[in-house]
Amino acid sequence: MSFLPYAVAAWLFLVGLYGIVSTRNLVRAILSLTVVQSSTYVVLIAVGYTKGGQAPIFADIPQVSKAVDPVVQVLVLTDIVIEATVSAMLLALAVQAHKRFGSLDPHELRALRD
Amino acid sequence: MSRTARLLLFGVGAAGFGVVLLYGLAGLPAFGHYQGVYGRVLDGIGVTERHATDLVTALNFDFRAFDTLGEEFILFASVLGVVLILRQLRDEHERPNQEEADEHQLAGASDALRALALVLVPSLLAVGVYIVVHGQITPGGGFQGGVILATGPLAVFLAGRYLRMRIIAPHTVVEIGDAVGAIGYGLVGLGGLVFVGIFFKNFLPLGIPGHLLSAGQIDVASTAVGLEVSGAFLVAWSEFLDQAILVRGPGDR
Repeated sequence: MSFLPYAVAAWLFLVGLYGIVSTRNLVRAILSLTVVQSSTYVVLIAVGYTKGGQAPIFADIPQVSKAVDPVVQVLVLTDIVIEATVSAMLLALAVQAHKRFGSLDPHELRALRD
Repeated sequence: MSRTARLLLFGVGAAGFGVVLLYGLAGLPAFGHYQGVYGRVLDGIGVTERHATDLVTALNFDFRAFDTLGEEFILFASVLGVVLILRQLRDEHERPNQEEADEHQLAGASDALRALALVLVPSLLAVGVYIVVHGQITPGGGFQGGVILATGPLAVFLAGRYLRMRIIAPHTVVEIGDAVGAIGYGLVGLGGLVFVGIFFKNFLPLGIPGHLLSAGQIDVASTAVGLEVSGAFLVAWSEFLDQAILVRGPGDR
């Protein structure tokens, strides 16, 4: 059981990659990329987890309570911000690609192929 | 390359990659057996040294505030990128009759949806402000609250009034909010440099843990980030929504 979170992370990564490779739609490729990125959240959170640890919010638990690592949680927050911005940029590019080629199919992007 | 060949190539590569990935992950400490020291130390000193009860926000805006500066400017730069990519091209112009575009293009907003938006907008804004300013006490902070704040004007759009959303959140205002938030966060860091000699070292009174005005710079930095995040998201969203009212072809502006 102790390996399960890491296995989930690896699975998310590979499934996302498969989505990027196999899709015929740029928007779906971008969504698949967010799936790939979400595997890093799982890894980070899993690395920082302590058995029996509480959330690192000491507003209503005693200060000496055993808590999980807050550093990885901050990293996940950073990760989410980056994911949102990367997706925004890629979606903007998809909008322009659709304007130019009239299609969101990666195979139809002639300028990239020729 | 044909689709089958591509998938076959991917299958081989992914299988190899998966093996290496699992091998690497197996080398990490077992789940639940955290080995780090830094996180434990921070858990121990967060409340006593920074008077912040939410360690995640305390790390974000104090212990590792310098990293957040980078993160914040990534957000800023990428929104600039979106604006640049979605700029009005030479052969595009805004639809001349804007009254037409004022109606919801998809299905037409029902009265129920409009009434719901009327309730949603003020409550979203209130929740957003609450999350931003209570970041040092309970889960929340500038990034999370900023996104909620930005959804307020978006609810106006959901009620079928994109152009109204532009009246509530005009481009100039959200752009200024974005920029002021980004600069404000940098100023918090500079305040540390000026008053106590170290960039991003706290220079404000720490207050009592659990009180609204506590934890020194964290609240100020969190508010600045909240402003920047909500501005950034609104700029990006309006750029995307503007695409819907652009038409191609020679314009007579």
